[in-house]
Amino acid sequence: MSDLTKLKISEARDGLKEGKFSSRELIAAHLTAMGSAKGMNAFITETLDKAVDGATKSDDRRAKGDVGKLEGIPLAIKDLFCTKGVLTTAGSHILDGFTPQYESTVTTNLWNEGAVMLGKVNLDEFAMGSSNETSFYGNVVNPWRRTTDDQPLVPGGSSGGSASAVASNIAMGATGTDTGGSIRQPAAFTGIVGMKPTYGRCSRWGVVAFASSLDQAGPMTRSVQDAAIMLEAMCGFDPKDSTSVDMAVPNFEAALTGDIRGLKVGIPKEYRLDGISSEISALWEKGIEWLKNAGAEIVDISLPHTKYALPAYYIIAPAEASSNLARYDGVRFGLRVEGESLDDMYSKTRGEGFGEEVKRRLLIGTYALSAGYYDAYYLKAQKVRARIADDFKEAYKSVDVILTPTTPSAAFAFGEKGDDPLEMYLNDVFTVPASLAGLPGISVPAGLSADGLPLGLQILGRPFDEETVLRAAGVLEKAAEFTATPTAWWRG
Amino acid sequence: MGMIIQGATGDWEVVIGLEVHAQVSSNSKLFSGSATEYGADQNTQVSFVDAAMPGMLPVINEMAVEQAVRTGLGLKAKINKYSVFDRKNYFYADLPQGYQISQFLQPIVGEGTMTIELKDGEIREIGITRLHLEQDAGKSIHDQHPSMTLVDLNRSGVALMEIVSEPDLRSPEEAAAYVKKLRSIVRYLGTCDGNMDEGSMRADVNVSVRKFGDELGTRCEMKNLNSMRFIQQAIVYEANRQVDILEAGGKIKQETRLYDSVKGETRSMRSKEEAHDYRYFPDPDLLPLQFDDAYIEKIKADLPELPDEKKARFIKELKISDYDAGVLVAEKEVADFFEVVAKGRDAKLSANWIIGDFFGNLKRTSNTLSNTPVSADSLGALIDLVKDGTISNRTAKEVLEEMFDTGKDAAAIVDEKGLKQVSDTGAIEAAIDTIIAANLDKVEQYRGGKDKLLGFFVGQVMKATGGKANPGVVNQLLKPKLDG
Repeated sequence: MSDLTKLKISEARDGLKEGKFSSRELIAAHLTAMGSAKGMNAFITETLDKAVDGATKSDDRRAKGDVGKLEGIPLAIKDLFCTKGVLTTAGSHILDGFTPQYESTVTTNLWNEGAVMLGKVNLDEFAMGSSNETSFYGNVVNPWRRTTDDQPLVPGGSSGGSASAVASNIAMGATGTDTGGSIRQPAAFTGIVGMKPTYGRCSRWGVVAFASSLDQAGPMTRSVQDAAIMLEAMCGFDPKDSTSVDMAVPNFEAALTGDIRGLKVGIPKEYRLDGISSEISALWEKGIEWLKNAGAEIVDISLPHTKYALPAYYIIAPAEASSNLARYDGVRFGLRVEGESLDDMYSKTRGEGFGEEVKRRLLIGTYALSAGYYDAYYLKAQKVRARIADDFKEAYKSVDVILTPTTPSAAFAFGEKGDDPLEMYLNDVFTVPASLAGLPGISVPAGLSADGLPLGLQILGRPFDEETVLRAAGVLEKAAEFTATPTAWWRG
Repeated sequence: MGMIIQGATGDWEVVIGLEVHAQVSSNSKLFSGSATEYGADQNTQVSFVDAAMPGMLPVINEMAVEQAVRTGLGLKAKINKYSVFDRKNYFYADLPQGYQISQFLQPIVGEGTMTIELKDGEIREIGITRLHLEQDAGKSIHDQHPSMTLVDLNRSGVALMEIVSEPDLRSPEEAAAYVKKLRSIVRYLGTCDGNMDEGSMRADVNVSVRKFGDELGTRCEMKNLNSMRFIQQAIVYEANRQVDILEAGGKIKQETRLYDSVKGETRSMRSKEEAHDYRYFPDPDLLPLQFDDAYIEKIKADLPELPDEKKARFIKELKISDYDAGVLVAEKEVADFFEVVAKGRDAKLSANWIIGDFFGNLKRTSNTLSNTPVSADSLGALIDLVKDGTISNRTAKEVLEEMFDTGKDAAAIVDEKGLKQVSDTGAIEAAIDTIIAANLDKVEQYRGGKDKLLGFFVGQVMKATGGKANPGVVNQLLKPKLDG
């Protein structure tokens, strides 16, 4: 039997259906891969017993003809999703020992479709970071290395563990969450597909909150088709999340017709930044060419408020976080560091429990909401956000999707951007605007840099028009013929 | 009449505004499905949402929204079809989320009015500034462990309406009348049980003083007063404290003060400078609250008759006095009880019986209207016996006592004890004749002008008939015989 871990979800689905292998065999192959990749530090918690048990039950269900959309498929779950009876950390010391008594809606949906959990994967602390360097559980290492040196590289963030696990064939797919680019950027850095659906498509219930008005779960997979399959399984209206949208879930896979003739693709001039690498620019041009060759019409568009997106995001997201993270106070769960008084206990618990980046953002957010500063920062940022959403609305009058690079550069080495938080924040420059507008976006691996690292292109769409986004992404994927894989240094 | 503090420098006027927190009558909390029953074991009515577990999200309880709208309509207030929930951020051990979900800039109910009636019959109109929905916090318990504070989250997330008045109140009496009236209205509406003992209603009281005609003075706020008595005591203490400071040449510091009901004084909790910066911002987990006119109209159509309208009707249609009507409508249960008794009976007589002997017996037997052993129908039947002359008014009072003590109905008691009034003229005449014959000297005196002796003869006849003679008939027969 060939290496089962190399299969895509769509292929494994066929193999299982045809009885070429069982879910138990599929899971076993992945558990072996997981066991040999500890050096990547992708997992915070490995749930081996649960995986074997899940696979056995899946095979039983299949024998009875009860087959879900992800029946028997091994997945990694970002450790931001609460999983019943399984340690959930959000990559933070402050959630020490926290084992939820409930299961997030998204993971519940996945298990209901037959998926099997391999474990909980690493992430930036509370999803705050773009390099997976802020996790209390240590850095996740990118499976890719430059051809020019042997330096370990970041996998991107915050869904770095998800990205590395999928890119290194430990998991066939993984859940991610995207607040300002946390699915799309690590997907681009690791040569996989990552999709953030429209805000409201996936329930946030049971997902540890970072910035409530931005957080959105999505799939990370090795093909656009896999992303469509997984998204369909995980999304849907949830009355427990007031911001979840009551809309029918389309058959996303069916949207992948490969036909984009007449599709209008917008190219925003404001995304042609100074300082963007020439490789990225060249790849973008290629992407335009590919879509044009497939029959799409390329339209130059303007998103005039783009340059204000990052500053607005770095007010709004920290402001919401400063309030969302107030519940980590040492009183009811997680870490508690005793103190002389209640206030002292709070200071010590939160002082020790949160890392530097989280503290930085909590301070920024608290400041932005303070009396006397609220209007100048938070309110202003909300106005900017509305303008950015208007920019997109205007653009979508003349185009169906928008094509941009996913990131301004390829993956970088650890510590390379650690000194200056602002430089780190620039990683999200292409992903943040769509997050602020709540729009669906996908990153597709489209080429390699000169030193052999994957680069991604991003397609953005209209609200709740994931189908068109996926269709265009499928065409892009086919044209790019991205087949490169990382050398498995972690096995050595 | 407002409260006037006579100071050395002249008269001071007291200005009061109230923020009343009224727990919404609803089976579940504002943003979770947990029960809200009072008195349950600690931490047994707590969902993952109420405990602010990671990833938990609030979902608005539609019943609470409806109750807030209903209350707004009862206060003749503007209903805002678009309102927003905000987070009020502060850290405390019994505030699991680290913020309270409340409404700050855009409340569900805007300006309204309420009338209060004072003892001298004066009616005053009090402005309502706003009503908004918010969550209650849990409870910190400091006295069950020597070194630790325990937290009970049963109340965490319970729906409250904060009802804010304009600074239109001028005395402790007015403040109490306001709270009483508000309590009466929400109880009529069924939107809050108004139970101050159980914390279903409590008030933050803002007090300032000024010379008549001056601008408003600097106010101090006293938090969480949970009885009418404490509200009034706190106002008296605080107003006098402020006058003393001002007359000594000092200035009032705007601050939050605590009323100590044991010592009967207020003391500083935190000054304006120490006040929390609550960092209000719209809760991103919740959509703005929106509804249309049809929704409001539907609730309006179901509104019960409120105390003011009921009182007017009682006076106009049932011809009972202003005072009696006021007493009867103050509590919806009393008004309902009265209407059952008065149905098909003399309304004024019914009112007198309820306000007088019925209430007296409730008090004597330590009962309340909710568990009265004498139902409205039973009381009505008793009144019927008086009205048709079966028993005298005096006998009826005794029968009512008996009804309270035994739970039996009036007719049974009258039968059992043979209390039936004697209206048989023959029997009464015979008794009169016997008594006149035995008291000829007194008859002489009566005829000589000592009219007062009539009472003596009536009493003797009643005594001779065991109190059962119909007093009307006795009078009727006695007088001509005495007059000769």
